[in-house]
Amino acid sequence: MAGEKKQGLQLLDFWVSPFGQRCRIALDEKGLSYEYLEQDLANKSELLLRANPVHKKIPVLLHAGRPVCESLIIVQYLDEAFPATPALLPAGDPYARAQARFWADYVDKKLYDCGTRLWKLKGDGHAQARTEMVEILRTLEGALGEGRFFGGEAFGFVDVALVPFTSWFLTYERFGDLSVEKECPKLAAWAKRCAERPSVAKNLYPPEKVYEFICGLKKRFGIE
Amino acid sequence: MSGSAVKVIGFFDSPFSHRAEAALCLKGVPYELIQEKDLRNKSELLLQHNPVHKKVPVLLHGDRRAVCESLVIVEYVDEAFQGPPLLPADPADRAAARFWARFIDDKVTVNPVRLTSQVSSGSFEVVNRDRSNGVHVPGRRQCSKAFWLAMWTEGEVQRGFVKEIKENLKLLEGQVKGKRFFGGDAVGYLDVAASAFAHWLPVCEEVAGVSLVTAEEYPDLCRWAKEYTSHDAVKRCLPDREELLARFSARKDSFVAMARSMAPAPEK
Repeated sequence: MAGEKKQGLQLLDFWVSPFGQRCRIALDEKGLSYEYLEQDLANKSELLLRANPVHKKIPVLLHAGRPVCESLIIVQYLDEAFPATPALLPAGDPYARAQARFWADYVDKKLYDCGTRLWKLKGDGHAQARTEMVEILRTLEGALGEGRFFGGEAFGFVDVALVPFTSWFLTYERFGDLSVEKECPKLAAWAKRCAERPSVAKNLYPPEKVYEFICGLKKRFGIE
Repeated sequence: MSGSAVKVIGFFDSPFSHRAEAALCLKGVPYELIQEKDLRNKSELLLQHNPVHKKVPVLLHGDRRAVCESLVIVEYVDEAFQGPPLLPADPADRAAARFWARFIDDKVTVNPVRLTSQVSSGSFEVVNRDRSNGVHVPGRRQCSKAFWLAMWTEGEVQRGFVKEIKENLKLLEGQVKGKRFFGGDAVGYLDVAASAFAHWLPVCEEVAGVSLVTAEEYPDLCRWAKEYTSHDAVKRCLPDREELLARFSARKDSFVAMARSMAPAPEK
């Protein structure tokens, strides 16, 4: 039994993590079966600490026992290790691939940190976070352009990078007193389009649940 | 497309700018270098081609292609041009190279140029590392600032940052142990990503009067640094050391003042 597991794919993850969800969505888009292993981040397992000794974070993909860390690196790895599955980075077009990497990197650099400041901070810090959040969302909407998805007609790398955060839009809206629909209607429409995909519907949690999770964190850390 | 003219918008002081040039030099791709003169007064060309981040380097390939972000550029160069591969062939090795490049940028990067403009624009923030369980630690990218702070602060504050940097550098060094380059026998993606440690770090140490990376403590990293900076293709696009030293020395006071304003207040 143990030998069988080692040949396959395992994902060390945490339910609400948008970074973990990127990997779950990518695996499903590629039709790859894997074993999901929910991690207790308050009490990290030996497996997690051995698999990601540098950062001790999820998600980690284990492929035949060998770990791959960092969500976007995992998604690229899946493209490269399983070339017969539907590609998430546009195949054979270096410029399109560079654009995809650029925008996925933009999501990584900007969105999560800004969102965190939005629910954690008050006063000037909060106001600045709100302004930034609107700018980030508008910039992303600009990158989307007139396409159905960020890569054009096909759901791809940037869509995978961003879509888990659509469950966080409600949280950003409530803490930021903003409306994604009003500020970025095309982005809101893109989010709805993505939600129709089985891989996305299956792996994202309802926005209310994410909001509840954040409210719980705020209470726990005494941020009112 | 690969026959079209290639240009790099760069900046003399920037190790990120060097990454773009190094990739092109290693592939043997001729290019025109357009140097920004003053990043506090950016050119129209730069702002036009990198409206999102407004940063160097930018690679221009032909009339219609602008590629931004140094590591994205390196991968683009690897894929768009013939020549020796920069990333390894095996997917797991590629993932590892990308992981360590990201580690460098998140945990240990030294770039006074980028930091200066972040601080003056108010977008820099030293976030106390909140290891709260169940929460992705925000400000993770800010960890790289520790390197900068380790260089230009003093006393107890400096000791804390130095400890963190030294741990991270040891981890990085582990990746080049027993190898000529991070890429193995040939210079590759991760060597280019780590280039700031080979050429910029010793200059910063000299200006700051600190010694973070000694041959005794980091024999493999120091050996690698010599190999990298003396490599034929790489040498061509490294900024002249003496000039770099002069430029950083001239700005030492501003670096120190900035680090003081950036360092968190001591615990009560």
